[in-house]
Amino acid sequence: MPIQTQCGAHSRPVFRHLAGQLFHMLSKLLLLLIPALLCTTLLAEAVYQEPDDFLSETFSGKVPKPDVIWLSGERKQFVTQLLGHRYSSLRVRYWRQNQRSAWVLEEIGKDLPITIGLVINDGSLEQIKVLVFRESRGWEIRHPFFTDQFKSARLDKDNMLDRNIDGISGATLSVRAMEKMTTLALFLDAELRKQDVAPSP
Amino acid sequence: MNSRIYRCARLAAALLAISGSAVAAEMPSPEQMWQIIQQQQREIEALKEGQKENAEKVEAAADVAEQSQNTAAGAASWTENTQIGGYGELHYNNLDSKKEIDFHRFVLFFGHQFTDRLRFWSELELEHAVSGDDQNGEIELEQAYIEYDLTANQHVKAGLFLLPVGILNETHEPPTFYGVERNPVERNIIPTTWWAGGAALNGEIAPGWSYDLGVHEGLKTSAGSNYAVRSGRQKTSEADANDLAGTGRIKWTGVAGVQLAATVQYQSDVTQGEDPDAGHAWLFETHAEIQRGPYGLRALYARWDLDGSGPKSVGADEQEGFYIEPSYRITPKWGVFARYNEWDNQAGNDDFDSEKKQVNAGVNFWPHPDVVLKADVQQQDNEGNSKNDNGWNLGVGYQF
Repeated sequence: MPIQTQCGAHSRPVFRHLAGQLFHMLSKLLLLLIPALLCTTLLAEAVYQEPDDFLSETFSGKVPKPDVIWLSGERKQFVTQLLGHRYSSLRVRYWRQNQRSAWVLEEIGKDLPITIGLVINDGSLEQIKVLVFRESRGWEIRHPFFTDQFKSARLDKDNMLDRNIDGISGATLSVRAMEKMTTLALFLDAELRKQDVAPSP
Repeated sequence: MNSRIYRCARLAAALLAISGSAVAAEMPSPEQMWQIIQQQQREIEALKEGQKENAEKVEAAADVAEQSQNTAAGAASWTENTQIGGYGELHYNNLDSKKEIDFHRFVLFFGHQFTDRLRFWSELELEHAVSGDDQNGEIELEQAYIEYDLTANQHVKAGLFLLPVGILNETHEPPTFYGVERNPVERNIIPTTWWAGGAALNGEIAPGWSYDLGVHEGLKTSAGSNYAVRSGRQKTSEADANDLAGTGRIKWTGVAGVQLAATVQYQSDVTQGEDPDAGHAWLFETHAEIQRGPYGLRALYARWDLDGSGPKSVGADEQEGFYIEPSYRITPKWGVFARYNEWDNQAGNDDFDSEKKQVNAGVNFWPHPDVVLKADVQQQDNEGNSKNDNGWNLGVGYQF
């Protein structure tokens, strides 16, 4: 046992010395690496899927002609209340085929807009996808482990999501933006369906 | 009587026959009706055409309105690309040690997006409402860095930034945590809020896995403060940079509502070479943060190992603490919590017990997701010479 104690006592400073050396090497490497990385021109876009590709995928290559829904009157009031600010345009573009509608919406997370693609099928969320993410934190919201929570979401009688969404620590505002955009797409889809006229016999 | 009724009936029949033939005479012929229908059809077509033209005009007007809105935004691109935010908190402490009202923190964020990939972020804080000579407060620059996106998921930053350690150090806006005051373990052991000047990389290495790696200014503590790590923060104010430090963190957020993380930090000399009896140090910290439905749990453990006979002589060669905090969200606006904290900045001393223990329990009320009212009670059970500081606290906080 005394031998083990000596070895332990001896190995601790050696380990610390090696760790210290490693730290100095890493520090220098990082300080050299950062300017080199700053100069790189091989930059990837924060675009996970182009909106056009999202629409093409949603409608199996046969994207319907887009249409718009105007934000006016009570509709505008609801949207403003939901977002906590006015929507950035007077109307919202959508693509619709039978009971399916697709939406490409933008909302600011913490500082910058997040572009989100949504598909609503008969009043229920079929798909939600982060298309472009511009923030430097909170990128976890694009992963299926997070977006899967929204699947089949509907609006309740108060026009709120019918479920609780578990957040991501440190990405509260990005999560909130996803919830708002889902609610908005479901609400606007419901508004469209209200306008539908039964076909003549 | 019967003859009178009979006469009336004959008269009515005669009148009906006359009016029927008159109506028949006024009815248009099928040819006339066809002409009317055709005329109406032409009018419907004209109305439809007019409606289509009107719709096109409205669309065009909306296009112009939105374009001019965008042009205006383009002209004002400086303001469009500049963000302002902030948070603040007022505390009332009714404790054995003090009864006071303090506007503890008033913070403003300023950010600017130079390009899609290059940005500036800063945090300026006024603590305790008034700063200046002989005043309680101070103005502190807690963040000011330039960040650049190397790729979609890899970022590099240089400047003054919050170190990636613990739960509260990077995210401490009042509506995001329970309890009026920040927990004593992160405050005294990590020590939160801790910022430093340097350079760092961070990014995602796999779905749900992210890392941080940085080189930055080190601590500068001393024997006079028993080598307590909190006293060693240099706050990037003409900070001694003889002996730098390095921090690495690995974080897993692979399930919604769950975060597991571990941080290791190496300090090459915690006194910046001014104390020959002190030397390098290691910090190890790990935590779990879980929020599943209404149930929440935060748990954190942190430990410092300081080298040298100086820290060892006062037991500061080991400084450690942990807390566990279950919580429950009764409604979206109301939440309750309890927290057990245990910490010791002289845990290496066998001669006396310097451990501190504190239990907190309380409630948060969010009238708005970004505004919070808080109340809690605290009960301490300190070892050694430390007096217990018991009582209750109230607070109001906000973020925007």
